[in-house]
Amino acid sequence: MGRCRVKTYILWVVSWAVIAIVLLMPPAVVVSEALKNGIGPALETLKDPDGIAAIWLTLEVSVVSVAVNTLFGVLAAWLLTKYLFPGRSALLVLVELPLSISPVVSGLVWLLLFGAQGWWGQALEQAGIHVAFAVPGIMLATLFVTLPYVVRTLVPLMEQQGRDAEEAAMLAGAGFWQILWRVTLPGARVALFSGILLTTARAMGEFGAVSVVSGHIPGLTETMPLHIESLYNGYQTVAAFTMATLLAAMAMSAVLLRSVPEWITRWREKQA
Amino acid sequence: MSVLIQNLVRCAPGTRKRLLNDVSLDVPTGAFVALVGPSGAGKTTLLRAIAGLDTCESGSLLLDGQKVENMQDRARKIGFVFQNYALFPHMTVARNISFGLDVQPRAMRPSQGEIAARVQELLDLMQLPDMGKAYPARLSGGQRQRVALARALATGPGLLLLDEPFGALDPIVRRTIRSWLRSLHDRLGLTTILVTHDQEEALEVADRIVVMQQGSIMQDASPEELDKEPATAFVMEFLGESATFRGVVQDGWFTPEEDGVLPFAVAAEIAPGPADAMIRPFEITIASADLVQGQTVPISSQGVRNGYRHYLARLKDRTIAVHIPDYTGENVLSESYGVLDISRARLFRDGKRYS
Repeated sequence: MGRCRVKTYILWVVSWAVIAIVLLMPPAVVVSEALKNGIGPALETLKDPDGIAAIWLTLEVSVVSVAVNTLFGVLAAWLLTKYLFPGRSALLVLVELPLSISPVVSGLVWLLLFGAQGWWGQALEQAGIHVAFAVPGIMLATLFVTLPYVVRTLVPLMEQQGRDAEEAAMLAGAGFWQILWRVTLPGARVALFSGILLTTARAMGEFGAVSVVSGHIPGLTETMPLHIESLYNGYQTVAAFTMATLLAAMAMSAVLLRSVPEWITRWREKQA
Repeated sequence: MSVLIQNLVRCAPGTRKRLLNDVSLDVPTGAFVALVGPSGAGKTTLLRAIAGLDTCESGSLLLDGQKVENMQDRARKIGFVFQNYALFPHMTVARNISFGLDVQPRAMRPSQGEIAARVQELLDLMQLPDMGKAYPARLSGGQRQRVALARALATGPGLLLLDEPFGALDPIVRRTIRSWLRSLHDRLGLTTILVTHDQEEALEVADRIVVMQQGSIMQDASPEELDKEPATAFVMEFLGESATFRGVVQDGWFTPEEDGVLPFAVAAEIAPGPADAMIRPFEITIASADLVQGQTVPISSQGVRNGYRHYLARLKDRTIAVHIPDYTGENVLSESYGVLDISRARLFRDGKRYS
């Protein structure tokens, strides 16, 4: 018993030490660098128009990625779990491709397709549509990188739920959309919420793929991570770390929100 | 609602293996039919085909004489209870029950008040009057079962399909729900088709038993008929414990191969040749060794269970269970020798019954 407690204690100390060094220290350093000269100068840097543009662009890209990937993710997870069709397992693997490919590589692919020398680049350019080094390119790159999250959080849950509830709804006379809206999605709402927040966090923080297609035009095609890099390379340390603090706070609050449903259920259980 | 199935064939997806092999079944309005058979016999497949949850390669299905093509034709005419109930976990019991009414197009949908009244009526019918606000997770197995049944009945279907509805319940709840379901069926004037692998349950609750094996219907008969005249050796074995004696029919007599079993007279028109005599343990009697001629076998007593005295007769290569009603008082044997009288056996040849 005594020895067991000592082992538990050692494990506890080691885990917290690792978490402190690897996970807690970096954000702490970022915040302390940002506040090096006090909170006033830090807030002052946020008034820079390029910085504000970067924040807006990041929010826009996140909203579009979340909307598109939620819709796609729900339909893909539905297809993958409720139907058996040829190529199903191949599709399951393909959905995870963005997780295994380096974001830089996927960014390069978009450039290859839509760049001025790319396959479709010239034709689109003539039609007046700019993809590479413009906002649409950034959107595409982010969409690609964040595609797996909603699907991957939904699939295991929906697989475990099986088709019975949907079939019961069908026999009660519900149509396709009624089943999706009233039975499937509410049944998977916790996993869906979690997938959406993961997508949000990832979309806000994406650097590699966006960096390749963006062209780093300040005020136009710089998202927050890219802007942070520009500021840092330009020796504007306070501005860089302030922006970094803001970005980290946004992403972390998204991740923290994930546990809200869990708290709610726990609270409800206590009430009951 | 009557159900008429003609020559239904369904293959396992992507293969040519037949899950339903040319199945035809006629269920008149008001009937209570049980589909029984070992697992893999195709009972659930047939039930799902009637519900329209799976498509079939060929054959036709008529509900009340009308051909059904799609889900819309079936919706609200069929109530289906799933094996694991398939309640919607995120809805209250009341919302689960009213689901079939809630999803109706606005023009057809009853008012909120009417829906609430209908839900309460069903909750009362299910003996769950105060459970409307609870979530399914908080209910016991028997309560979930009744909520699933209430949900299936909410739209007032004429046909009730039940897939192993008692599978997950403990024996006492099973027995009460079983008789309660039967009375519900009679009271609401439903047509009910029930799938079960428990033949005793089927015999108790249904007017008609359909025995399935390997995707085909082996026999479709009333419980009495099935008990008296099983069509095949499989049906005989499936419906309860049985013993098989191999032997030969010759000159109007069946003579068993084994020693210690008495020959018995059979109908004269039965062609001579090898045959199997099948019999239930409670149909065998033991003749005392000093009353009959022939080789005797050792008989040992196994005690009394459910009003039957259980004995084991030790033949040359196997033992045969013999159950004798306790109240008869005769033939009380402890450790002794005797001969088995199997004259109440049914004769089968090549698996098919012929007497």
